[in-house]
Amino acid sequence: MIKLEKLSKVFSENKVINNVTTEFEKGKVTSIIGPNGAGKSTLLSMASRLVNKDNGFVYINGKEISDWDNKDLAKKLAVLRQSNNVTMRFTVREMVSFGRFPYSQGKLTKDDLAVINNALKYLDLIKIQNKYLDQLSGGQRQLAYIAMVIAQDTDSIFLDEPLNNLDIKHSLQIMRNIQKLAHEMNKAVVVVIHDINFAACYSDVIIALKKGEIIASGKVKDVIQADVLESIYETPFNIVEVNGKRMCTYY
Amino acid sequence: MKIWLPIALVVSLFTLSLSSLFVGVANLTLVSLMNGNSEYWELLFLSRVPRLFAILLAGSGLSIAGLIMQQISQNRFAAPSTSGTIECAMLGYVLSLVIFGDGNNIWFIFASAMLGTLIFVQFIQRIQFKNVIFVPLIGIIFGNVVQSAASFIAYKYDAIQSMSGWGVANFANILQGDFELLYIAMPVALCGYLYATRISAVGMGKDFATNLGLNYQQVLILGVILVSVMSASVVMIVGELPFLGLIVPNLISHYFGDNLRKNIPLTALLGALVVLVCDVASRLIIFPYEIPISMIISIVGGSIFILLILRGQKHAR
Repeated sequence: MIKLEKLSKVFSENKVINNVTTEFEKGKVTSIIGPNGAGKSTLLSMASRLVNKDNGFVYINGKEISDWDNKDLAKKLAVLRQSNNVTMRFTVREMVSFGRFPYSQGKLTKDDLAVINNALKYLDLIKIQNKYLDQLSGGQRQLAYIAMVIAQDTDSIFLDEPLNNLDIKHSLQIMRNIQKLAHEMNKAVVVVIHDINFAACYSDVIIALKKGEIIASGKVKDVIQADVLESIYETPFNIVEVNGKRMCTYY
Repeated sequence: MKIWLPIALVVSLFTLSLSSLFVGVANLTLVSLMNGNSEYWELLFLSRVPRLFAILLAGSGLSIAGLIMQQISQNRFAAPSTSGTIECAMLGYVLSLVIFGDGNNIWFIFASAMLGTLIFVQFIQRIQFKNVIFVPLIGIIFGNVVQSAASFIAYKYDAIQSMSGWGVANFANILQGDFELLYIAMPVALCGYLYATRISAVGMGKDFATNLGLNYQQVLILGVILVSVMSASVVMIVGELPFLGLIVPNLISHYFGDNLRKNIPLTALLGALVVLVCDVASRLIIFPYEIPISMIISIVGGSIFILLILRGQKHAR
């Protein structure tokens, strides 16, 4: 369980995040949506100590983030930013093995190997485990990174735009797996996501940001409403329901 | 191919090492050694063996330095010779000449090389555009500026003569007692091996390393120390071996990926072999005279470097 309290970030007098209070629950997929420059990635980065916060608190299992030892925190919280460095040539298996670093500092034990194998199996990567990341498609590469995060075995997983540059098939595959992580493995999964329809179909909770402030947050049906989304994106919205899922059409 | 390559490396390195002991102006042969001629034994232990050791240590050490540099700077074409490390060591040498009156103050030279490398690494971290070619280009420009500063100081204080020996690598003058600093390659390699996972994680970027609970800056500085100490030692004892730290790690990574722990022994082997081959060639081409090895390395290494750039551009899309 992660709680954010009155979180703020200022970049050269620009309030990127202003007084944000919210929480991310275990067993649920929380999506952060909002227009460009709303501060989605900054919020995620502050909540995972990749960016220093200027004001406010982040409580992870009741303990403030700055009181956590960096190494211990790596066993509780995993975060993936967009655009990872792909110039380094690692195999899928080597990449997933990185996830065990917080536990064994690079010397893999038998338990570590078992966890790595499970992560590879869970995302169906066994067949390509010895391929280099630069030989894979964008979707397979993203799955490999997510497998690493699974191997890291944390309560919370933060993903910054996991669907970036992926086609529809791979996007669906990633979102289904993200949902499995939350519902089957009881993790708190937080994703920053641009595609509102993916957010609407696969989230349990949606947080909508605009100009660094939370405009709406709650269950899908509370946030995915025409008037709410129109005020966030400044565009006319039309909401339809298909098989019990809310979908947005916009022009 | 992947299994026999390391074995082939070890076998050829071993064979060539032994044969290299019998290549030189004085006609040293196995028979003359068997006859117990003490003059020949002396030649062997005073000159030929130290030369071989210097070659092996410098070749493997500098290649490992290049390997670590490529990981911590997240760039394939970063190496001690394309990041200003060598030139900063040279500046340290000149300053130590001017300030202390002699150029043997190794700590001063280490510190200077470290500082320069750190400046380079911090600088490329701050720039947002990370074009593969752009980063080493900045490093080369930075190195040239530092080198000019070193030359300027050397001219001003009449130290230009002592500086000239640095440019051209040569193993011909190495005798027992000259090369022992190069043993530093062993702790450097060991340290790189032990910290391999950390250094690789840092090579994946700051966010990636922080997520795994690593102190990014700390690992980065450790890497810089290893790279600087190693390359400064080589340039002090042997001179500049251009392109070595660049091409050897790239060739290894092409075949074996970027798993640092696996690559350190392979890089060491290949680096030693490349320098040994070039050195033996430099002894034989205009026998009984010698060509400075840096010329041969420049020709061979330069061509491979251009090939790598062409291939790298294809990869970069």
